[in-house]
Amino acid sequence: MRRGMSIFNVTTVALGLAFLYLPIVILVIYSFNASRLVSVWGGWSTRWYVELAQDGAMIESAWITLSIAIVSASVATLVGTLAAIALSRFNRFRGRMLFTGMVYAPLVMPEIITGLALLLLFVALEVDLGFWTITIGHATLTISFVAVIVQARLLDFDQTLEEAAMDLGCPPGRTFLTVTLPLIAPAIASGFVLAFTLSLDDLVIASFTTGPGATTLPIRIYSEIRLGVKPEINALCTILIAVVAIGIVATSIIGKYSGNRRAAIGIHGH
Amino acid sequence: MRNPADHKDTWLRRAAVIVPYSWLAAFFLVPFLIVLKISFSHTELAQPPYAPVLDLTAGFEGLKAFLTDLSVRNYELLTSDLIYLSSFFKSLEVAVISTAILLLIGFPLAYGIARAPRQWQGVLFMLIILPFWTSFLIRIYAWINILQRDGLLNAVLLSLGIVDQPPVWLATDAAVYIGIVYSYLPFMVLPIYATLEKMDESLLEAAADLGCPRWKAFWLVTLPLSINGVIAGALLCFIPIVGEFVIPDLLGGSSTQMIGQTLWTEFFSNKDWPVASAVAVVLLCLLVVPIVIYQQMQVRAMERGR
Repeated sequence: MRRGMSIFNVTTVALGLAFLYLPIVILVIYSFNASRLVSVWGGWSTRWYVELAQDGAMIESAWITLSIAIVSASVATLVGTLAAIALSRFNRFRGRMLFTGMVYAPLVMPEIITGLALLLLFVALEVDLGFWTITIGHATLTISFVAVIVQARLLDFDQTLEEAAMDLGCPPGRTFLTVTLPLIAPAIASGFVLAFTLSLDDLVIASFTTGPGATTLPIRIYSEIRLGVKPEINALCTILIAVVAIGIVATSIIGKYSGNRRAAIGIHGH
Repeated sequence: MRNPADHKDTWLRRAAVIVPYSWLAAFFLVPFLIVLKISFSHTELAQPPYAPVLDLTAGFEGLKAFLTDLSVRNYELLTSDLIYLSSFFKSLEVAVISTAILLLIGFPLAYGIARAPRQWQGVLFMLIILPFWTSFLIRIYAWINILQRDGLLNAVLLSLGIVDQPPVWLATDAAVYIGIVYSYLPFMVLPIYATLEKMDESLLEAAADLGCPRWKAFWLVTLPLSINGVIAGALLCFIPIVGEFVIPDLLGGSSTQMIGQTLWTEFFSNKDWPVASAVAVVLLCLLVVPIVIYQQMQVRAMERGR
């Protein structure tokens, strides 16, 4: 691609980014609005954060949501990484076509279908709905995202490194642990973070698979905002945005660190 | 022979295939078969709220009774009742129009980023992805803040004297389109940017050297070379938008529902599980062609990466 931006290019990029960020910035600013009305600016205040901190039901939901996100992202990272290894390293096994289909389909499948299907399974099995059914649902959804990220990395790095290790007599299992795993670790980490945030965020699958005592934050937020804007929700959303922002900064630092280390020992992919 | 492990049956190989395979079969494939089965059942005022239930303990007789009790009544209902037909058409209409708007906005944006100086590209790329990491629900909620009657948009319009009376934005199609375009923009920009970024710039230089005007070079060289990104972006947006529920529910009006809303209402309000399942099956049939095309593109892209 030829470099050099025309005025048109600069304008489109600037407008595009403004469109993406302005609503979020406005939301954050209004969370500090002292007035209950959105149309009135009552000065800076943290009163909605104080009210939020006293909302016991909201805090309980936050803990449930966090626990579900941690458990489901861990499961999805393990299963998704295995799926990525199967897709990128083993060309022939029985039912590979079906396997590929099942790995990629959840990426685009409308969540409302996945959610309905999972609930009908749980009802047919007569499982009690709640924490574990939401966790299974989120893990199923996010396995695909982890698999795609890790697979891209597995196909990207210099695979002769694995061959060299095995030519020198290193058994395949050990080759994986000592050569492959360190190389794909950053991708596994970003897969985990993505699975974690997708789980925090999900409303549709959680709504279908939830049960008594397992009201996640998105379910609670959704039922609140159907009735209109609430300053407490603005404050809650700002906190969630801050958590995600910190997570992203942390991962990019991890990524940079491992990237530097790779460069230092001279095994760069390209 | 790329990988010696290909022929060795190691613990890793077995685990790598069996674990994800069984998970996805149990929690992704089998549930769809259950949806398919229930879509042929009828509603019961019992728990679970549908019949017949396959009773495996009754053996062959049970299976026979089960099969004879299945019906296509739910599908007949879907074709005869206008509510379902109109919401299917509404979903397709919204998906087609918003995918077109996304292309019109997303392509110039991706093009602009691809032409930016190298050292900026990483940052711009990150800025496009970042909103995708913040909650989808929060991003829709942010628009309710702006679009509501005494919201920011009307305040700006009124103070600039563009309108005298605050127009209604929420609960309109316009709000649904704004919400969809806003939420899906990163999905359109990224695949297009990825193809544009890989393009060989000497091709455009060659075109210019041969006297081809810039607009023509764009039309004959840049656009055809980025077509894979355009198709991938369009599918990545179109497929989920057809089944979208949250955006039309929070931003749209109640006059015409999209199919995701109809499914939701059938399931949660009317408690009619068989009809909700039939809606899901029809929706899936509508989407199966674009989903397969998208998957083929994914597989080919991965193979090119080898």
